[in-house]
Amino acid sequence: MTKNYFEIIRAGINTTFQDQGRKNLYHIGIPFSGAMDNRNYLLVNKLVGNKLDHPVIEFAYQGPLLKYHGDKINIAISGDVNFKIKRNKIIIDGNCYQTFNIQNGDEIDIISTNKSVYGYLGIGGEIDLKYQWSSCSINTKANIGANGGKKFEDNQKINISKINNNINNNKLDYINTKIENIRIIKGTNFDYFSEKGKKIFFEKEFTVSKLSDRMGMRLEGPKIENIVDTNIKSEGLIKGVIQVPADGNPIIMLSDHGTIGGYPKIGVVISADYDKLVQLTPGSKIKFKEVELSSAESLFKLYELETQNLISRI
Amino acid sequence: MIKNILNLGDAALYCDFGKDVNKETNIQVIRYFKSIQNEDIEGINNLTPSYNKLIISFDLKKTNFQDLKNVIENLTVTNINDLKNKKVEIPVCTHDKFSLDIKRLEKILSISRDNIYKNFFNKEFFCYMTGFIAGMPFLGDLGNNMRAKRLETPRVKVPKGSVGLTEQFANIYTYESPGGWNIIGNTPLNIFDNAKEKDPNLINPGDTITFKEITEDQYRNYND
Repeated sequence: MTKNYFEIIRAGINTTFQDQGRKNLYHIGIPFSGAMDNRNYLLVNKLVGNKLDHPVIEFAYQGPLLKYHGDKINIAISGDVNFKIKRNKIIIDGNCYQTFNIQNGDEIDIISTNKSVYGYLGIGGEIDLKYQWSSCSINTKANIGANGGKKFEDNQKINISKINNNINNNKLDYINTKIENIRIIKGTNFDYFSEKGKKIFFEKEFTVSKLSDRMGMRLEGPKIENIVDTNIKSEGLIKGVIQVPADGNPIIMLSDHGTIGGYPKIGVVISADYDKLVQLTPGSKIKFKEVELSSAESLFKLYELETQNLISRI
Repeated sequence: MIKNILNLGDAALYCDFGKDVNKETNIQVIRYFKSIQNEDIEGINNLTPSYNKLIISFDLKKTNFQDLKNVIENLTVTNINDLKNKKVEIPVCTHDKFSLDIKRLEKILSISRDNIYKNFFNKEFFCYMTGFIAGMPFLGDLGNNMRAKRLETPRVKVPKGSVGLTEQFANIYTYESPGGWNIIGNTPLNIFDNAKEKDPNLINPGDTITFKEITEDQYRNYND
């Protein structure tokens, strides 16, 4: 019998366990997965005194409503999230990047993400869950990971096997910034596209479509014309690759992407912009800007330094 | 041998083995894939071998394009003879309820049903790669007379175990998935087992595959 647990009263739209993801499995067709927004994943773990590679609960748009049963435990939420904590009849407005010490009977109501897609709930303790290939990350398409590889459902339980002793209250001043310009490196099939198509790609605005999920982000806008071939021999993909199928609308591969694909690659989003890319909601307008490999590498170093700096301030 | 190494974004090497899709080129890809796997090189996250490419994605916190490119270029690769590949026989039932696209193929290829199956079951296939969905093998090569394009409108759901043909390749749907291949039968054999941490794939790149026809009764009793 586990005496400390969260009761899922409302599961939310797409609530899953995520961690750093799983490596060395692309060759058998299993994607990396893991938390979509890695910076917010790391920060929430630090806030509740976990190791940085600990499992967290990722939610999209509407999050879960959880009721806690057990001994006092710390939780924190990262991202740009509207949530409330209910204790008896008192309702406390939640602040992101702040630990809350919750107790038996408290409810955490994660109402919605604000102008962003993903938020993270960190729990200060060990969660009782199943690891597959060294990761708990849930891939709902292949049914891999914790919870039978399925997203959370109402009335399930999240069992806590151990509560962290370090009940410090942590707080971080941090505001997530949005991006409109996505920086990319030219893809290996860049020359498959007409001069006009390339110009459209860099100069016109694209809109994030509703048909976006953890696998990919579909974009709508002016069509990008292909003058060589709308198919290539199927080959490996990585997250951030922008494929353009025959209909001319780009698709950006995200963390649960299929491991191989046969559409020409016009570009690849740089690593430094990935966390902010995944947070773009349907309807967001974006533009692509080209950078060289060396700049992309420097920009990533800078982004990493910023992340490490934020972690060290907690 | 690798003809050219480019960067795919800032965190992957794109190793090009030449334009042609054939067994000889693919064996080179697999040699590199297996050699790199054995080396356990710092920073590599994933290797994705395909017909004529090998994508090596890495952790940009641990290495970078130029450093890893140097490592790969100076790598000693395994001999072809050392590739430990196996032969696998896949039972397939071609009952009407499984052979969803056989009529379409008869028409497109102008070959009778019996001859399509005769060609298919007499063929020895080579596994070029696995992926797209977990464990799905891409097997070649079908003869020129057996090559059909994929469905114009892909199915929303292709049943698990379906065996499909497209162009020079055959594949097996390891679980229910959307897809556009021409389905000619179904195997009761579990091709991908996600309960296995080690070797979840029954078929791996470089393996030799043959298909064997089974009756509906044999299909039904296969997993008993």
